[in-house]
Amino acid sequence: MSKKEIKIKVDNLTIAYGDFVLMKNVSFEVNKGDIFIIMGSSGGGKSSLLRALTGLVPPAKGDIWIDGIDFTKASPLDRDEIMQRCGILYQSGALFSSMTLAENVALPLQQYTDYSEKLINELVSLKLALVGLSGFEEFYPSEISGGMKKRAGLARALALDPEIVYFDEPSAGLDPISSKLLDDLIIDINRSLGTTIVVVTHELSSIFAIGTNSIFLDAETKGILGRGDPKELLKNPPNEKLLSFLTRGEKGHA
Amino acid sequence: MNLAYKTAGQILTVDLNGNFSGYDDEAEKDRLFLAAEKAKAIRVTGNGLEKWDSTLVVILYGLAKIARQENKDFDYSSLPDNLQKLVHLALEVDRKPTRDEKKSYPWLENLGAWGLSVYQSLSRALGFIRQSMVSLFRLLTGTAVMRKIDFLFALEDCSYKAVGIVSLVSFMVGLILAFVGAIQLKTFGAQIYVASLVTIGMTRIMGAIMVGIIMAGRTGASYAATIGTMQVNEEIDALKTMGVPINDFLVLPRLASLVIAMPFLTVLADFMGMLGGAFVGVFMLDISVQEYWKYSEAAINLTNFLVGLFHGLVFGVIIAMCGCYYGVNCGRNADSVGVATTQAVVSSIVIMIVATGIITLIFEVLGI
Repeated sequence: MSKKEIKIKVDNLTIAYGDFVLMKNVSFEVNKGDIFIIMGSSGGGKSSLLRALTGLVPPAKGDIWIDGIDFTKASPLDRDEIMQRCGILYQSGALFSSMTLAENVALPLQQYTDYSEKLINELVSLKLALVGLSGFEEFYPSEISGGMKKRAGLARALALDPEIVYFDEPSAGLDPISSKLLDDLIIDINRSLGTTIVVVTHELSSIFAIGTNSIFLDAETKGILGRGDPKELLKNPPNEKLLSFLTRGEKGHA
Repeated sequence: MNLAYKTAGQILTVDLNGNFSGYDDEAEKDRLFLAAEKAKAIRVTGNGLEKWDSTLVVILYGLAKIARQENKDFDYSSLPDNLQKLVHLALEVDRKPTRDEKKSYPWLENLGAWGLSVYQSLSRALGFIRQSMVSLFRLLTGTAVMRKIDFLFALEDCSYKAVGIVSLVSFMVGLILAFVGAIQLKTFGAQIYVASLVTIGMTRIMGAIMVGIIMAGRTGASYAATIGTMQVNEEIDALKTMGVPINDFLVLPRLASLVIAMPFLTVLADFMGMLGGAFVGVFMLDISVQEYWKYSEAAINLTNFLVGLFHGLVFGVIIAMCGCYYGVNCGRNADSVGVATTQAVVSSIVIMIVATGIITLIFEVLGI
């Protein structure tokens, strides 16, 4: 079997807010083309880890390597260049309320490419069509549902054909059908574009449906309690805590 | 990159060769789409395709849409699987969303709609004032749901934390007033009356107005933004559903603290304004400190001083009510908070000026 290319490498990462250490010496790797799940109970530091991966929280210690470049020590210019290759879907979609969906999706294209206005409009229509929002170009975020906001946020995250897309709790606040549609979309994007996807979630149905690799963060030990394909982890759980998490507390103990 | 195509027997064949990253030849693309519209069937091959990105998918998506609209055969099965999947994904949902179109009405109907909206705004504002009065009554009878800590925080924010800016601005206003007055009074050799001018001006109205404007921008805006953000975060909905009167919980602490703080800030503004006037008098008009104080003391009039305090009190009520009203009636997005804040400040200042006019007229009639 050929060795997989490492896209993201987290090395001995410690995240702390003042004196409060949230996670300590966490290390893991995300391979190119993976749908990597960061799971864990509430307060385990999933969202903080995502914020560190996207450069919003400086780690107290350790390094994050993206495509072989040390993201934590990179110059602001290099960081910008790396972030252009990353898309992020925030929990609420984080669409700019004063802009239409088309303007939201066009923003990164206008910022980082020298494409003509016509091509940008065509790309915007394509990205919105890819997430099932064809024809919604002129709608404002306040005019669409929560699930549609997330999909529009995803269209914006995909605007620059990113190599990595981060998702923060994509299923949060969605009905089961919208949640399933978004999961399918994540798989479609991963398979058709070869995008590496990192998902922060604690939704078990999503974890098993989309995840190809994962880590389980534990608030108590401030570290990783399990890693691997979520389906495999369910079959062979390395500890009771992870088994409890993966079975909604029906087996094992927290 | 090479976008090669040819039409043979009404079948358009597009052959994609090389690198299609960042393809932006719009003219060539337009020609291709024109040819696609004329053809009966479209076939895309990509044997020589190397690299590609969304700009290529845009071309395929455009061709697919033309084919779909005009019911043409569109064959892209020889393209790489992932590219096919993307085109398929883009075409999967094809619906035309609808929303209510804006209708245009005749002017009389527009006038009526405007009148109705003004009436609704007024009744909403009056309802808010009435509810606040009821809350005030509940506060006096000890039945209001107001947390002491909220009141103390609000009082802290609008009292000693505002001392610095009120002092600075009032000092400068006194200074300016003295300067402007001195230019005219000097021509009559009556520059000593600068002391009287500044003292009367600051104590009767200018002190209160300056404090009003500062506090509208500082505290009124903060009230609107804080309560507006609570509206966005559904905190106000939570209060309502818990049965907590929002006027008790949100308006009362802010109203009470401003009503208490404003007269004190007005006194401070009066004093600092007089100090600013004294600075000009002593250092620029060569008036001795004793002399300046003597004329200032003579000009201090209890009636003027109390009128100033009364203005301060009224302005406090106006600022608190405007800030809270626009906060509570804020929309549910980030923009709305900005709009609510602007409206709160602008309305506070306009209402304060109008109120000053009305109070002055009433006092004039009463001979105060």
